[in-house]
Amino acid sequence: MSLDFLLEIGTEEIPHWMIPGVLAQLTKLDLLGEAPAVDATPRRLVVRALRVPERTPDREEIIKGPPVVAGERAAAGFAKKQGVDPGEVKATGNYYEVRKRIAGRSTIEILADTLPAAILAIEWPKTMYWIGGKSGPRFIRPIRWIVALLGDEVIPFEVAGVKSGNLTRGHRVLGSASIPVTTSNYESELKKNCVILSSEQRRQKIQTEASALGAKIDPDLLETLTFITEYPAAIRGDFDPSYLELPSEVLTTVMRHHQKYFAVESAPGVLAPHFVAVMNTSGDPDGLVKKGNERVLRARFNDARFFWDVDQQKKLADRVEDLAHVTFQAKLGSYLEKTNRVVELVEELGGNEHAQRAALLAKTDLTTEMVKEFTDLQGIVGGLYAKAQGEPEPVWRAIYEHYKPLSMEDSIPSTREGQIVALADKLDTLRGCFAIGLVPTGSKDPFALRRAAQGVVKILAEARLSYLLDQLVPVELREFLLERIQHYFREVRGYKYDEVNAVLAAGVSTLADVEDRLAALAAIRPTENFEPLAASCKRIRNILKQAEFQANGAAVQPDLLEPGPERDLADRLAALVLENEDDYSQRLLKIASFRPAVDKFFDKVLVNAPDPNVRTNRLTLLSKLFAEFSTIADFSEIVTSGDSK
Amino acid sequence: MDTYQETIFRLKHYWAGRGAVIQEPYDLEVGAGTMAPETFLRVLGPKPYRVAYVQPSRRPADGRYGENPNRLYKHQQLQVILKPAPDDVIDQYLGSLEAIGIDLKKHDLKLEEDNWESPTLGAWGVGWQVMLDGMEITQFTYFQQCGGFDLDLVPAEITYGLERIVAFLQGVESVYEIEWAPGVKYGDVRLAEELQFSVYNFEMANVDRLWRLLGEHEAECKELLAGYPKYPEKHRFPVLAAYDQVLKCSHLFNLLDSRGAISVTERVGVIKRVRDLAVGTARVYMDQQIPAREAAA
Repeated sequence: MSLDFLLEIGTEEIPHWMIPGVLAQLTKLDLLGEAPAVDATPRRLVVRALRVPERTPDREEIIKGPPVVAGERAAAGFAKKQGVDPGEVKATGNYYEVRKRIAGRSTIEILADTLPAAILAIEWPKTMYWIGGKSGPRFIRPIRWIVALLGDEVIPFEVAGVKSGNLTRGHRVLGSASIPVTTSNYESELKKNCVILSSEQRRQKIQTEASALGAKIDPDLLETLTFITEYPAAIRGDFDPSYLELPSEVLTTVMRHHQKYFAVESAPGVLAPHFVAVMNTSGDPDGLVKKGNERVLRARFNDARFFWDVDQQKKLADRVEDLAHVTFQAKLGSYLEKTNRVVELVEELGGNEHAQRAALLAKTDLTTEMVKEFTDLQGIVGGLYAKAQGEPEPVWRAIYEHYKPLSMEDSIPSTREGQIVALADKLDTLRGCFAIGLVPTGSKDPFALRRAAQGVVKILAEARLSYLLDQLVPVELREFLLERIQHYFREVRGYKYDEVNAVLAAGVSTLADVEDRLAALAAIRPTENFEPLAASCKRIRNILKQAEFQANGAAVQPDLLEPGPERDLADRLAALVLENEDDYSQRLLKIASFRPAVDKFFDKVLVNAPDPNVRTNRLTLLSKLFAEFSTIADFSEIVTSGDSK
Repeated sequence: MDTYQETIFRLKHYWAGRGAVIQEPYDLEVGAGTMAPETFLRVLGPKPYRVAYVQPSRRPADGRYGENPNRLYKHQQLQVILKPAPDDVIDQYLGSLEAIGIDLKKHDLKLEEDNWESPTLGAWGVGWQVMLDGMEITQFTYFQQCGGFDLDLVPAEITYGLERIVAFLQGVESVYEIEWAPGVKYGDVRLAEELQFSVYNFEMANVDRLWRLLGEHEAECKELLAGYPKYPEKHRFPVLAAYDQVLKCSHLFNLLDSRGAISVTERVGVIKRVRDLAVGTARVYMDQQIPAREAAA
């Protein structure tokens, strides 16, 4: 027989952003082979499974006893030790044995034993204790009730001082605080008590209702609201159109990040004087919720307007010196020092006067009231203020965009000035932090250096800037940046990892060059000659390695070349060097066309010739060939069908 | 509609009915109700305790000369400590909202993650900001550590922002418009204070003297704490007086900060000076509790 299983861990409100990760863990909970279905609201984690076997099957255990030659007395002793009748001891082959029947265990017992530990084993980003001092149980928030049912029965256990039972709780305000449930009516009872268990249903409800009210759906906010409510409902509120004079960036940030409201647009990119809030309750019959939210938003917008007005009393240009009072990093000094370094770097990078001006003003918004209040608007506020204060467009736009790209998906600054300022700002952070040993380790990266490095790579590659990597970064940063370069070309641009390795192994000058070589390599890869030639390159590399051959710059001596495949190959190589083709695709095609000549060489010519001069000459030829082939990519890094990888 | 003082009476009455001692505000400058000894020291050790009090909290840098409708140099918190936190602590809290006239069925209530940490007090906890119709009305924290000590009994700290809540209840746009007592507005009672202390804090406080005072109070505290190990009758040792010196230092630090007198390099150092005093005081307080801890064990 099989039974339905239900576990509900009732807690106080779980931080919304942790819930999806914990649900993923709960799907792995071992319920005797059944894959459980999981769901959650802020106050409950729920695991359900259908048709869990009622007991584990009975089984037989064979216990081996003394050898038959030991005699009947030994058999009797064995029977006594095993607690069985002497008649149950049988001789099988050369030994006595006893067959014991082990009864299966009831699932309810097993679960009662295992669930408490399984519940406390859930991993959270941060936990707390609430009973029993620091050595007490730890969970994300206090556990307040447990429903644990198998079929009609309660699975009896206790965890963190809470006894399991069949009583759940409804919505904090609208529901009952004590609701008896069964495995079959659980979800419908919750619904009656104003809890929508299914996060998918809550998501849909929010999306449908908010869209109907004109909300511009922000997927991250939708996810937050799904896991911050048990019974969501959307309402629309209004604000005075005069606030639309404030920049839409400020209004949107206040609504989305501070109030968790969706913005409403009258046309794409044009804010309307409304917002959509999502409540955790059934409705707003008296309009009190709408009124309250409007009041809060009004105060927030008033603050923003006040900050704007106050901030305009001192221009950004007059705030540069104030940056001496804003710490960048204890050992790296203030933002004024950083600003000076970045301005200098922008100049070194050939940034024009607009770029230099932007670099000078880029961090001044850190001293404004607006950024102190809305920190995620740094840069954007600076750009908006610079515009309002009459700075030319290349300057204000560069300031506005200098934190870009904020992620791998984000675009790079749209102007050359912005690209150079963004690049210099990030490079300065990276250089400074690495110089004082603040290097990211594992998951620890407090200064977001990976993101900064990723930004550097993305800007260099996508703006096709002509800076040489080695001129931009000191040695200690090179490896870190190379990792990011690999990551970028693989994950963002979709090149194969061996192609990226091959191109990087051939050296890095500019990232635009890396990208051109990658594109040429990926294009030629499917052609018939390429992979066999890559295999030959691997062979050449191994031969040179085994021979411990050191290229000393000596030329191939033509008189030592044997006519036929060896001389042919040498001639072709000389021609290739002379051609000096600078189109990577063309050049790769030409290299690939070496394949028959290389194959023939290996077929007919013995590299390890008896005459040491001939041998050295052949190794020299191969090393020249290898070097010439490797100017675009090190083909020996290419994984071919013959490789075991 | 209740006046400001009426709402305070109701909250005090509500918590008195749930076993809390109704204390009066601490009579030194503090930045938050948490810093009053009724919280900072009482949460340490094994003795259960319940207390509620209004604590005027001074944050010099937040002053706005009485011109901003929502920001104050000195605001008033109603602070509740329930040690240990009862199982139904959130329900009790929701009951307090009903008690001041909020019909929760007609409003939207959410508990949003908000953890609390005070480097100066060596203290942290986890909890929420309680949002009512999109407005933060309360900070709710389960303390985990205080003065560098893991807590034996985890207390719940409930901090009501009184001005905000009452402005909401009375439907006014500015705190100064709150009716404090019948016919008397918040502005009548406090506006001059906001203006004058903003002037003092931002413009006139004598920086050199503040630094000297900080040094004096620090020295007093250190000298006291240094005498504890050899002090014969431990229960008579004035650790509470030592803690007053910590509060003085903390407030002087805030004042110096609002005067823009603390450079970036100094800042970390001064915070550490105050934390050392706070942690040292907590250590002595905990030592004094040993007889009680042994009795509880």
